[in-house]
Amino acid sequence: MSSYTLPALSPVDEVAVVGRAQSFTKRSIKKDSKAAALRLIVSMIDLTTLEGMDTEAKVKRLCRKGVTPLLDADLPSVAAICVYPPMVRVAKETLAGSGVKVASVATAFPSGQTFLNLRVEEVRQTVEAGADEIDMVINRGAFLSGDYSRVFDEIVAVKEACKEAHLKVILETGELGTYEQVRKASFLAMDAGADFIKTSTGKLASAATLPVTLVMLEAIREYFLATGRVVGMKPAGGIKTAKQAWHYLVMVKETLGDDWLHADRFRIGASSLLNDVLMQWRRKDTGRYQSGVYFSED
Amino acid sequence: MAAKSTRSKAGSESKARATVAKTYKLYVGGAFIRSESGRVMAVKSGDTFVANCARASRKDFRDAVKVARGALSSWSGKTAFNRSQILYRAAEMLEDRRAVFVDRLQSHAGFNEAAAEREVSVSVDRLFWYAGWADKFTQVLGGVNPVAMPFFNFTLPEPTGVVAVLASSTSPLAGLISAIAPVLAGGNTCVVLTDHDAPTIPCDFGEVLATSDFPGGVVNLLTGSRSELLPHVASHMDVNAVALFGGSKEERVLLETEAAENVKRVRCFDDPPVADWASSDHQSPYWIESFVEWKTAWHPVGL
Repeated sequence: MSSYTLPALSPVDEVAVVGRAQSFTKRSIKKDSKAAALRLIVSMIDLTTLEGMDTEAKVKRLCRKGVTPLLDADLPSVAAICVYPPMVRVAKETLAGSGVKVASVATAFPSGQTFLNLRVEEVRQTVEAGADEIDMVINRGAFLSGDYSRVFDEIVAVKEACKEAHLKVILETGELGTYEQVRKASFLAMDAGADFIKTSTGKLASAATLPVTLVMLEAIREYFLATGRVVGMKPAGGIKTAKQAWHYLVMVKETLGDDWLHADRFRIGASSLLNDVLMQWRRKDTGRYQSGVYFSED
Repeated sequence: MAAKSTRSKAGSESKARATVAKTYKLYVGGAFIRSESGRVMAVKSGDTFVANCARASRKDFRDAVKVARGALSSWSGKTAFNRSQILYRAAEMLEDRRAVFVDRLQSHAGFNEAAAEREVSVSVDRLFWYAGWADKFTQVLGGVNPVAMPFFNFTLPEPTGVVAVLASSTSPLAGLISAIAPVLAGGNTCVVLTDHDAPTIPCDFGEVLATSDFPGGVVNLLTGSRSELLPHVASHMDVNAVALFGGSKEERVLLETEAAENVKRVRCFDDPPVADWASSDHQSPYWIESFVEWKTAWHPVGL
């Protein structure tokens, strides 16, 4: 049992954050830059299916779609396929040799409300099943009651169970209330060893937004400048259109620079985003606005 | 005290009231919005400036198709009776605003008073007429087919989907309503582009629709240039049918050619001089049939 104390953090200027985030939506991205942005977005997607009704067949279809979107050689594969733990094995088999990673949400996702030993055991088994990346949720109850040591220790325990697998720590910003809290949670997660910090589970109405992602990106920058350790960022939930996604790319570039414009350091958790990007891609090639009926849902 | 009363008197005398001029906007998704492009057209009556009116861009059209697609299930899922009631309410709302439209048709579109009165009357009557058809055309046009087996065999109309309407450029109200009422009666949603010298009239009609219980996005009214938007209308893969009123041979060829890519239904109609829209030639249950798909179902005869 450690006694973790948060570093002294400067306050967040909420008005400035919202204003600056807004400014990233005003860029004009056309033609070649648009094509490059669409390609980059695809390469950064954690293509996700997290439903109670997921089947192995659906996961297989999603994997094949993620490896060769539209069967178009000009398009990259997605970064990872993100599934529930029981689907990891089939995803791993289907993706073998493709370079696409298998990510899985462990730790009693999305609420995180079960006993620590069970959460750690879930992570251990999920990694054993072949997951390359683990998306864990933090203990929001403990965080909001100010029990930072407990949140810290739990992340450390999960990180240990991850072994070689990368750990993404979900803050579930929609439940944290304020940007200050998001900033605190970001530092706490990074101090505890997170490889990525991630906004949301995608199971709440209030998911990733530009301002909340900006607060987290700036925390990543400060942490990097202070410690030299690189931490990645993953907004997830609510990013449904290509246009929204490139607002995020602009923000990453103008906050952390080109080094972060890569799937090793920036991911987008999404399910419907990919189809919107593919529709834009085909529109670019054909000049025709597209219809959802010509694009498979998974 | 004396100084104070002088001040207030001077204040009331020096301020002639400024009228609040109306900004004419697009009606998309149940909201009145500016063009995303920020463009406007100056509307003139003769040489007199009347108003600025939004000029829709291809992206406005794309956005409107998206909301029309989203509204399709709620509109086509309503009972035919309910659709009929809503069309009827639109007729009520228009009748209620008769004075406004008669005035605008004269001051914006150059109609004389008698012609303006007639244009509004035709419009109201036509809405009412299609409101009546909305829950009857399935019985008249559909049917039970004779088959030589122990089955019932039904043929029933279903909505085609999202219909783009390139409306009349002669009649800003009756022509517009004659185009969209059959589309709506059939359970479709639509995106309408009006390219008329008085685009303010269709914009005003948006306010009638907005108060008629149409779910947002069922009818979307754009004002702008037909020649600019036609290629994008014709090629859009999420548009299921196009109704073209008037139009040159080149426009029709372009429309048919581009529409072939996703097998849109294309229906070309005449755009007669404004006085002729009153004729019953311009209303027909077969105009509803233009925008339905037939489904035939076999059902075993019960024992």
